[in-house]
Amino acid sequence: MKFIYDMHQMMLEHNIILVYEGEFTQEITKSVLAMAERNMDSIGEESGIKRKVFNVMVECLQNIVKHGEEYISGERQINTAIFMIGKHEDSYIITSGNPIKDEHVEDLRSKLDTINSLDKEGLKNLYKDIIKSGSGLTEKGGAGLGFVDMARKSGQKLEYGFESLGEGRSFFSLKTTVPRL
Amino acid sequence: MEIINLEGTEDTPKIILDKTNKIFEISGRSLPEDSAEFYQPVLEWLREYAKDPLPETIFAFKLEYFNTASSKLILDVLTALEEINNAKVHWYFYEEDEDMEEAGEEFSELVDVDFELKPY
Repeated sequence: MKFIYDMHQMMLEHNIILVYEGEFTQEITKSVLAMAERNMDSIGEESGIKRKVFNVMVECLQNIVKHGEEYISGERQINTAIFMIGKHEDSYIITSGNPIKDEHVEDLRSKLDTINSLDKEGLKNLYKDIIKSGSGLTEKGGAGLGFVDMARKSGQKLEYGFESLGEGRSFFSLKTTVPRL
Repeated sequence: MEIINLEGTEDTPKIILDKTNKIFEISGRSLPEDSAEFYQPVLEWLREYAKDPLPETIFAFKLEYFNTASSKLILDVLTALEEINNAKVHWYFYEEDEDMEEAGEEFSELVDVDFELKPY
């Protein structure tokens, strides 16, 4: 039973106000958004900050719905991912972790590095270039704008990492900070 | 012409396209699971309407939030308005919502339609 207390302590230590581990669907996305919104409402969070956190959450959650993959761990087939929100004095931290195919690692890395190398104006131009490229939505229904939007709305660099899971899969972790000041 | 009147939900916007009463409006939140499918009827309606539009068409966007997949479809809606004679966009934004104001400015730079940004 100790793990319950340990988990509780770990969440307190990291100022986690919401964590969801499981399958990701549009229905789950709506529920997580509603919980986070209620949480921010209950502490009277400023509406501008709330909107930015909401923005980043939607892109992050819908990315997982669209791009999350399954992987094998021991005998088990895992098709879940994790999403967390941390609340600190000066910021909200929105993090996610989900398995992806190894073949997408380099592409993701270069996309994120490009985004992180741009300033406000550069991000705005990239956003406009992508939206008007006329290529339509991807087969998964994305616009290819999620990360750019997360970087624009947060005004911060997107932190990321990959852990190899074997069997052609990697675990993709992403962290976005939304300043409260 | 038929009227499109969709109630808004927590992830889809309210949409009214009503030629008789001269109401053309998308409002609320837009983060549908499949944005292309959701906006398809709107785009089809506008293509049909473009064949015989009113002397003036004022299309109102009163969005509280839209995701990036919707932004591509909003651009498609705006592009469809380019084909309608004398169409104008009224882009409403909550006065403190700089991101929504900026989104309106950016869309206005991407299409050749008369745009008015309206804080509320």
